[in-house]
Amino acid sequence: MFDLERWQEIFETISKNKLRTFLTGLSVASGIFILVILLGIGQGMQNGISNEFERDASNMLFVWTNVTSKEYKGLNPGRQITLKNDDYNHTVNKYEDQLEYKSSVFRIWSGLVNYKKESGNYRVEGVWPDFQFLENASMTQGRFLNYKDNDNVEKVVVLGNKVKNDLFKNGEDVIGEYVQISNINFKVIGVFSDPGGEREESRVFIPISTAQKVFNGGNNIRNLAFTLPQRENFEQALAESEQFSEELVTYLQEKHSVAPDDTRAITVNNSLENMKRFYDLNKMIKIFFWGVGICTIIAGIVGVSNIMLIIVKERTKEIGIRKALGAQPLSIIGMILHESIFVTTISGFIGLITSLALLEFVGPLIETEYIANPSVNFNVALTTVFILVLAGAIAGFFPAWRAARIKPIIALRDE
Amino acid sequence: MIEIKNLHKSYKMGSNSLHVLKGINFSVAEGELVSIMGSSGSGKSTLLNILGMLDEADSGTYTLDGLPIKNLNEKIAAQYRNKFLGFIFQSFNLISYKNALDNVALPLYYQGIKHKERVDIAMSYLEKVGLADWAGHLPNELSGGQKQRVAIARALASNPKVLLADEPTGALDTKTSYEVMDLIQGINDEGRTILIVTHEHDIAEMTKRIVNLKDGVIIDDSKVNQVRALSNV
Repeated sequence: MFDLERWQEIFETISKNKLRTFLTGLSVASGIFILVILLGIGQGMQNGISNEFERDASNMLFVWTNVTSKEYKGLNPGRQITLKNDDYNHTVNKYEDQLEYKSSVFRIWSGLVNYKKESGNYRVEGVWPDFQFLENASMTQGRFLNYKDNDNVEKVVVLGNKVKNDLFKNGEDVIGEYVQISNINFKVIGVFSDPGGEREESRVFIPISTAQKVFNGGNNIRNLAFTLPQRENFEQALAESEQFSEELVTYLQEKHSVAPDDTRAITVNNSLENMKRFYDLNKMIKIFFWGVGICTIIAGIVGVSNIMLIIVKERTKEIGIRKALGAQPLSIIGMILHESIFVTTISGFIGLITSLALLEFVGPLIETEYIANPSVNFNVALTTVFILVLAGAIAGFFPAWRAARIKPIIALRDE
Repeated sequence: MIEIKNLHKSYKMGSNSLHVLKGINFSVAEGELVSIMGSSGSGKSTLLNILGMLDEADSGTYTLDGLPIKNLNEKIAAQYRNKFLGFIFQSFNLISYKNALDNVALPLYYQGIKHKERVDIAMSYLEKVGLADWAGHLPNELSGGQKQRVAIARALASNPKVLLADEPTGALDTKTSYEVMDLIQGINDEGRTILIVTHEHDIAEMTKRIVNLKDGVIIDDSKVNQVRALSNV
């Protein structure tokens, strides 16, 4: 291996057979390149989908209502169902031990918010303090709403990052400033950011009691949002949340005289169920890309084996000459293997480095929602390089071994 | 130098067996220049291959410079070829991607001689065959005669006991053939033992002894008056 003379001989052979070397290298390098890019994009898609799901707490149950679609107890279909504060209070009381975070939501329809001369339409919602965690929002300035705000019906507001940027163009200090929501003054107490991005950051939260009182909401609420505590076991968490959601729906249906099979009037969106779908999807994506990747590797191995076979075939006469001049069988095998391993290793790493560089520099420029931060596990990539090198060596060994055993007299025979 | 006794060789051709050498007895002293003649199928190439340890006899003994050559495995055969024998082929058999110098140096590589020394030795043999100026050229940039001279330089490079030439002039025109023969005669004059397989009478006349093979047996073995190749050029 560290025989300098052997290395010289190999470099000479390589440098004088550039096309052959190039073709061998190309098949290895492109195999690795394609594999790494594939795995990178696969990872990017997984990341992208994960981001989609990070907008809200991953174990959230979200209830909303619509018009009834079925006749029940003499009531006509097409009746609008509206949730009340009682629904929320009852649920919170009943499931107090089971719930982690809870909030009801009252949405103000005309969400015109203005500060001095700047104004914009945003989603304005009255919520409970827990809503911060339900939304996965994190505070960049000030604080979120608290229970005292709700009790005292304070006119305070928490702005999304985008709202702040839109209204406070000059970078003023926002905390303590007053903004108008539908011409009513609210004091800004905090700014939040949300992993969901701009869409989620163009929201404005006020205490639900204030919202109902100031915007004539009575005791109507629009949504319920809950999370159950995290569980180690996904299946257990899913079962618990499914049971809770079922009980909740049954209770609400009974209370609002909705037919038990009317899924349209009261709907629960269970993030965990989505989560499960997401996991399954992710798994499928992973299996798919690995499948394609493994096929690529197999194609690469076949390619390398083919080239090695041809190389050895092409060199049969040379091998005969070398043997006639006194080359021993082992040195012939060594020469061919040494050369093939050297070429496949170098080109494997070239493929690896170029594909990693591409992922590194072009990856962040991809601006689609479903691919984020494509990257690849370096060890996996490295392993594939070694697999290809090994495959090349094994593929080269058998023809080399055979060639080394051919009698020189046969190899030298004129064709 | 070479001692052969009762050598037999047959090839299996499907179900038939082709008896090529039927008891060859023959010896070559040091410094001889012997030509082996015969029509095609007479077994002359087979004999040369056995002498060259490229092929093995079925029975009989072969002694090279006192060393019995038998039961060779690949490894030892390769060693003996490298140390004792130099080959010259009809089709030159140079390695196409190596230049003249590297081709000549190749047997030395297999002797484990270091690169620098290899180059020096190879260069001196190239000078000897008059191709020092062509050291950096690839075989396909050389004429047939030049290629054969490179091959001769390569055969000499490992300083073998015996040179074996299989139709060395078979691919060359008459004038070039005589030039190559002149070179071979010159090498023989220095005392090297050389065996040439040929079917050309004029080439055979330029050796010192002609062995005639027919149907696997020697029918004639006689010394001749050597014709100097130079006088014919």
